[in-house]
Amino acid sequence: MQLVLEKRAERSGAIALVSPMIAIGLTIVTMVILFAILGKNPLLALHAYFIAPLTDGYSLQEIAVKATPLVMIAIGLSLCYLANAWNIGAEGQFLIGAVAGSWIAVKTQGTDAGAWVLPAMLVLAAAAGALYALIPAICKVKFGASEILTSLMLVYVAELFLDYLVRGPWRDPHGFNFPTTAEFDPVATVPLLIEGGRLHLGSIIALLVVAAAAILLGRSIKGFEIRVVGAAPRAARFGGFNANQLIILTFAVSGALAGLAGIIEVAGPVGHLQPGISPGYGFTAIIVAFLGRLNPLGILIAGLFLALTFIGGEQAQIAMKIPLDVTKVFQGILLFYVLACDSLILYRFKLVFPNRQVAHGAG
Amino acid sequence: MELVEAIVLAVLAASTPLLIAATGELVVERSGVLNLGVEGMMIVGAACGFAGAWLTGSILIGALFGIVAGTLMSLVFALMALGLAVNQVATGLALTILGVGLSGLIGAGFVGERITPAVHLFIPVLTDIPLIGRVLFGEDGFVYVSITLIIAVWWFLYRTRAGLILRACGDNHVSAHALGYPVLRIRTFAVMFGGACAGLAGAYLPLAYTPFFIPGMTAGRGWIALALVVFSSWRPGRLVVGAYLFGAVTILQLHAQGWGVGIPSQFMSALPYLATVIVLVLLSRARTGGSTAPAALGTVFVPDR
Repeated sequence: MQLVLEKRAERSGAIALVSPMIAIGLTIVTMVILFAILGKNPLLALHAYFIAPLTDGYSLQEIAVKATPLVMIAIGLSLCYLANAWNIGAEGQFLIGAVAGSWIAVKTQGTDAGAWVLPAMLVLAAAAGALYALIPAICKVKFGASEILTSLMLVYVAELFLDYLVRGPWRDPHGFNFPTTAEFDPVATVPLLIEGGRLHLGSIIALLVVAAAAILLGRSIKGFEIRVVGAAPRAARFGGFNANQLIILTFAVSGALAGLAGIIEVAGPVGHLQPGISPGYGFTAIIVAFLGRLNPLGILIAGLFLALTFIGGEQAQIAMKIPLDVTKVFQGILLFYVLACDSLILYRFKLVFPNRQVAHGAG
Repeated sequence: MELVEAIVLAVLAASTPLLIAATGELVVERSGVLNLGVEGMMIVGAACGFAGAWLTGSILIGALFGIVAGTLMSLVFALMALGLAVNQVATGLALTILGVGLSGLIGAGFVGERITPAVHLFIPVLTDIPLIGRVLFGEDGFVYVSITLIIAVWWFLYRTRAGLILRACGDNHVSAHALGYPVLRIRTFAVMFGGACAGLAGAYLPLAYTPFFIPGMTAGRGWIALALVVFSSWRPGRLVVGAYLFGAVTILQLHAQGWGVGIPSQFMSALPYLATVIVLVLLSRARTGGSTAPAALGTVFVPDR
């Protein structure tokens, strides 16, 4: 008796719908085991992770704040992945966007620059993120270099560049030698939605991005091209779609969104440029994109869920001394289960009895 | 002269983890599988390797811990990418994300601890030969293992029937399957070998390179190892050249920082990563007459029965 994989005649719609739920369920079961191994009460830990953050207003706002960069980056990545272009360097594009936008904030610091500062920062950040993402895209299209490896290498370069700036030319002279710029001026700060709260304008921008992506993918020719090139490259060639052009386009868009997310994070919740502005948003967004099954609305929900794990992880650390790395383990395991469950959309398991098959053939 | 010897020794030490991890990945890719999780397997190997050595006081047991940890991680990959026919790029990324988290969890209790690093070979007279003595006869065990490994892999791939079958799986899994070879089983063994190598390469870092564990200490070496396999055109001989070249870039930038060249240290630290990008571009460009990559690399295979 043997368990083998068999291709379904057509993709299973029912499994496509429930597979993210199954994946989350399996992840939670795995986490219960992990908590038990760590010697923590699994029920209390699950409560700290998934329930406690939902019970007070401050945490709810914080979830939206954390989901903002995740959703924006993941929307861009989903376009890449749909077109079969593997941008995994969103973390670097996020950082470069943050750096480029901060340049305006740092240069206008203390001057009487007006309301143009923040819009200019957003535009420059998006442009810088797009340009940074174009490096691997062009290397791929012109020279055939693996975009996976080049985009990832550029993450380390971006980290080091940011580090140089805040330790060198942009360091706050009154910052007690900490590697950080001075606090941004009010005109260089993303406005809050509720006075004294945490929710900021960036979350609205993220929602607009989700809506725009839904329209692009669902209603436009470009969106159709992206999906065809990714799903059926041969058909796309016959259809006259230019795959290389789409790699450039999807990388540029995803880089721009990651860059925008970067400056919104810096000019919003953080308030100044410093190393460690991202707890790995660019990588977690990969999980968000897959958990949301590369669908804009799905990504919005997945982004909120992953944001919950960040906040829950922090609360579990404070309340139960559960290490923060558990959150990363959780996210990694979740991605595994999502991918595994997605496999069942296209394939099904089948029990094979080699002996009986032989008997059958003989008869 | 002393300085030259010191630099050569340092280059060998910096190259060894790259060479070991890339050797494993070379075999994996030659069987037609793209496992992007090298970084994740390495970092778990580093954490488990250090834990093993610290608990038992033995570098050898530490190395074994690293190998076992890397192999277990690679089995997760094999289950997903081979057993469930999941996209290999996505699975590899998931393996790296999981590995970074796991290593932090495992290594948390060991941050700040120190161990006695792996001893270096010493043969009276031979090791004392000026200039070449320490380079040839005074390395730690990992360096000799790495060279043995790559020679063994070359011999296996090009001089044995099993190696030929493995390469056949990588170039055309449908034909290999039609000839009756168990493609998925062969690939699983290749992936496990890759995991063992990545785990050993990771363990090298806290056991021999620096005698302590820091989270994230692999610092992208797993990704550079992946780039090295591309650099080598999937050939063991070129892999050795590539690994030592990259080790040299790493060490030279460190020395340049020490000499105070007047370039900010962050720019020098970025050199190995930039060099990887440039090398990938130049090599991919030079290869206009068709790719040298295994033809079935990274493609899903579900045997029809």
